[in-house]
Amino acid sequence: MTAMASRNPSAATDHPVVAMAKVNKHFGALHVLKDINLSISKGEVVVVIGPSGSGKSTLCRTINRLEAIDSGEIRVDAQLLPEEGKELANLRADVGMVFQSFNLFAHKTILQNVTLGPIKVRKLPKSEADYLGRDLLRRVGIEDQSDKFPAQLSGGQQQRVAIARALAMKPKVMLFDEPTSALDPEMVNEVLDVMVDLAKQGMTMVVVTHEMGFARKAADRVVFMSDGQIVEENTPDEFFTNPQSQRAKDFLSKILQH
Amino acid sequence: MAELFASYDILGAFWVTILITFWSAVGAMVLGTIAAIMRVSPVRPLQIAASAYIEGVRNSPLTLVVFFFFFALYQLMGMTLVAPSARSSTHAFLWGVVAMAVYHSAFVAEALQSGINTVPTGQAEAARAIGLDFTQSLREVILPQALRGAVSPLGSTMIALTKNTTVLATIGVAEASDVMRTMIEFRPDLLYVIFLIMAFGFVVLTLPMGMAFTALSKRLVVRR
Repeated sequence: MTAMASRNPSAATDHPVVAMAKVNKHFGALHVLKDINLSISKGEVVVVIGPSGSGKSTLCRTINRLEAIDSGEIRVDAQLLPEEGKELANLRADVGMVFQSFNLFAHKTILQNVTLGPIKVRKLPKSEADYLGRDLLRRVGIEDQSDKFPAQLSGGQQQRVAIARALAMKPKVMLFDEPTSALDPEMVNEVLDVMVDLAKQGMTMVVVTHEMGFARKAADRVVFMSDGQIVEENTPDEFFTNPQSQRAKDFLSKILQH
Repeated sequence: MAELFASYDILGAFWVTILITFWSAVGAMVLGTIAAIMRVSPVRPLQIAASAYIEGVRNSPLTLVVFFFFFALYQLMGMTLVAPSARSSTHAFLWGVVAMAVYHSAFVAEALQSGINTVPTGQAEAARAIGLDFTQSLREVILPQALRGAVSPLGSTMIALTKNTTVLATIGVAEASDVMRTMIEFRPDLLYVIFLIMAFGFVVLTLPMGMAFTALSKRLVVRR
């Protein structure tokens, strides 16, 4: 599992896919991101973990500017995040996002959910978008549900559709904001399996999650956050067996007991 | 009763009511949608302008709005919507429709906004995350769902609009209540019959409207 097809160093471009430098963000008096520096290379799978309220979701959401930052800079594929507007919309099209609560478009069918972006943003003809959409739905194992509406699907199925919807834009990086936290336990694995496959295929991924199994299995790097700071960064093996900071040790002792 | 229908153009008057209702509703929908979109837009001056418009209009009495357009703009300042030589009833009809459209647009905007509030923020975030811009998000994701949530309050607004057309009798538009006033003046002996005819006429107009909106809101319900 550790040797992945994408781990070819020559494939790496000279700039990181995501580069965050001295990023700060406040929610009122709360300092949620403190001087965050993080760089993610092409094909890398970075898992962000930490106690709730540590700022990991916010960090994820700043990368496509669903949350604006107060200071510092964020670059995606070397391009500085623009202000709200057409340019930002274009950049967001290149950044896939999967939400905790799926957020499938409730009034559109499964297939329409996947093809909306390709048709409206990429200007693909409908027939081509449908072909692409069905192909992606097949990849995530939901091809036979394509004419249903989101509410008719289980949580696990909805989240797989959400992944297909993001993939339909052929993103440079995929952001996962606690993708399995809202799922019933028996549905977690079907979503994680899709994510592991994606990782194997070389997708650049930022994954905020509590699934330590996924981190061990698919991550190249674990980023541990606490109180708005990146406290520790390491390979999954090193991090889980030999955490350096006291806060990481405390956190791991709490979650790995059971 | 037959003699009332023979001597007064009751059906014609109700036809005028229908025309006012239709055109005012169209105008109110257009203006109200624009106001609602301005209010949810990310541009602060547009938000403020829309809020001022909605609150200002919504809190003014309808009679005042009608008088403003008809007496202030038309009679005092001489502003006209068609050639000044047109019949005065045409001027009254057109300004009446404008006043009705403006007045009810504030309620349409409120209804749409309450519909927009029923759409979870995650829908807008997902729309932005796949690269849709503000207009596309609104058109493809937010408004279609908002409209479903807004159908019931929109129905109430449209029923109110239908009945509010009677205010236009004050500026001499020959709609249903205008002919009612004339009939009462000349045939006070038939007062109750006249009332019944009028009430029945409006029920015939508004009851199917309400039923249609209820059916629509049931059919369009968004499952989450």
